[in-house]
Amino acid sequence: MKDRLFKAGLLAAACMIVLLTAAIVYGLVVRSMDAFERFGIAGFISSSAWDSQTDDYGALPFIAGTVVTATVALVLCIPFSLSVSLFNGEYFRGRKLAVVAGSIIDLLAGVPSIVFGLWGFYTLRPVLVAAGISGQGFGILLASTVLAIMIVPYSSSLSAEFIAMTPAALKEGAYSLGATRMETIRYVSLPVASSGIFASYILASGRALGETMAVTMLIGNTNNIPRSLSDTGNTMAGIIANQFGEAGGLKLSSLMAIGLLLFLLTAAVNLVAKYIMKIVSR
Amino acid sequence: MKKAFFASPAYRSAKSRAFFIAVCLFSTAAMAPLFLILWELVEKGHRQFRPELFTHVAPTSMEAMLARISGEAIPGGILNGLTGTLTVLTIAILMAIPLGIWTGIYLAEKRGMLMARLVSSLSDLLQGMPSIVVGVIVYVWVVRPMSSYSALAGGVALAVMMLPMVVRSTEESLKMLPVSLKEAGLSLGGSYMSVVLRILLPSAFSGLFTGALLAISRVMGETAPLLVTILGAATVNWDISRPVSSVPLLIWEFYNDPNLVGLIWASSLLLLLAVLGINILAKSIASKWKIQ
Repeated sequence: MKDRLFKAGLLAAACMIVLLTAAIVYGLVVRSMDAFERFGIAGFISSSAWDSQTDDYGALPFIAGTVVTATVALVLCIPFSLSVSLFNGEYFRGRKLAVVAGSIIDLLAGVPSIVFGLWGFYTLRPVLVAAGISGQGFGILLASTVLAIMIVPYSSSLSAEFIAMTPAALKEGAYSLGATRMETIRYVSLPVASSGIFASYILASGRALGETMAVTMLIGNTNNIPRSLSDTGNTMAGIIANQFGEAGGLKLSSLMAIGLLLFLLTAAVNLVAKYIMKIVSR
Repeated sequence: MKKAFFASPAYRSAKSRAFFIAVCLFSTAAMAPLFLILWELVEKGHRQFRPELFTHVAPTSMEAMLARISGEAIPGGILNGLTGTLTVLTIAILMAIPLGIWTGIYLAEKRGMLMARLVSSLSDLLQGMPSIVVGVIVYVWVVRPMSSYSALAGGVALAVMMLPMVVRSTEESLKMLPVSLKEAGLSLGGSYMSVVLRILLPSAFSGLFTGALLAISRVMGETAPLLVTILGAATVNWDISRPVSSVPLLIWEFYNDPNLVGLIWASSLLLLLAVLGINILAKSIASKWKIQ
């Protein structure tokens, strides 16, 4: 009897997660209905209007800003995070140095995003200004650089695990044929771990898509589609954080719709990464 | 590919060594921001890092301006943020940790079953959800019905963010236990409930504790979801149905106010030290009590 009750309790807890997810999706959909009815789903996504006077809203500049910053961040982070994962998963695997380096990288993942934002604003921005990249320093490049630093821990720790999983026999085979360390990495370890590494970068880009505070402090918050790396822009998370407080009516609903789109975007990205991961680990 | 192997051995080994050096350099560069950030916060924040930081509420913009004009240090501290963070975190912990551990037990026990697979995927989905979306949804479900921003709403938002992390860490640490442990308990006549609660959970305790600490440290510095749920308050407020402030939210307010901007460094330093401290504590517990 007691056991039955206990098992029912466990099931109830699991059901709570299902309910919670359902409530999240339901709430987002219901609240964004007004905006979608007024502008149409395709119209809302493809419109670049954002005007409180005429009550006309569209999500295109923010979708573009989000995708561009996340993509640039991903490209910028690759040399660094690939180096970290080779450092921890290949060159110093299992040694004390790798443990220390891994912990430092993990700590970097713990730094609050607002602190990253402050650091980007007060330390990196003047560097960009001095380099003459843009007048104020704000923009896609600044936001993406900080984002890249923020996602290095996510992409590198998983990749390191996949690189470390390369069968020793394969690597020894390469060494016995006279391959150097770098050639072994290039022609054995990386190809074997490639899908796992790919999945971990997709997962990291999911992080970058949803990042709010650091990006909103650095991107310049202008509601236009960014034309170049030094251009300013805004992201989906950024526009919600900036305008949610004072919003009502159709504007609130439009912000909700952007929230829903962001949720779907990150969910899709995570799903793809998890799917690849599942195939790899089989 | 073939061309590479026809090059002279000396050239190839030099190239390999150069690659190794590049890997080390880039890795160091990737770790450097942690120290650069810490250094900057310490350098700019240590003078504001004094007892008043913990005993006084945040100054108004006016007070700070007057102090600035007369050339004094900005008065006040972040007491209202500290108490707010404490309240919101407590609410989040009380909600997320029991539910998360319970769900984690379910996932570890029923692995492979349809419902468990569904819950596991959903918890991944929740984990990947952007924090601002969590804030927005809590605004819909908690702030709107209560018609007020509140500490409770902030607690719910952080709980939603913690939940999947607690679920995952509970599941993982229970799965690491040998099956024989459970079988021994059951064969001695223990009921299923007592085996789970008295044998499995205590054996996995270090894993659960580490997971909970990491989850707390992850949400402690969250700003975005709190921005749309707790609003902020100028005074210390213990009433969970009313707006409160929090340390990251105060940093955001200071950052946006040219008169108060001098206060960001000490508050950020405090926040960062707390987050990193809990992180390191969690890691050291994990390595000390590692399941053999």
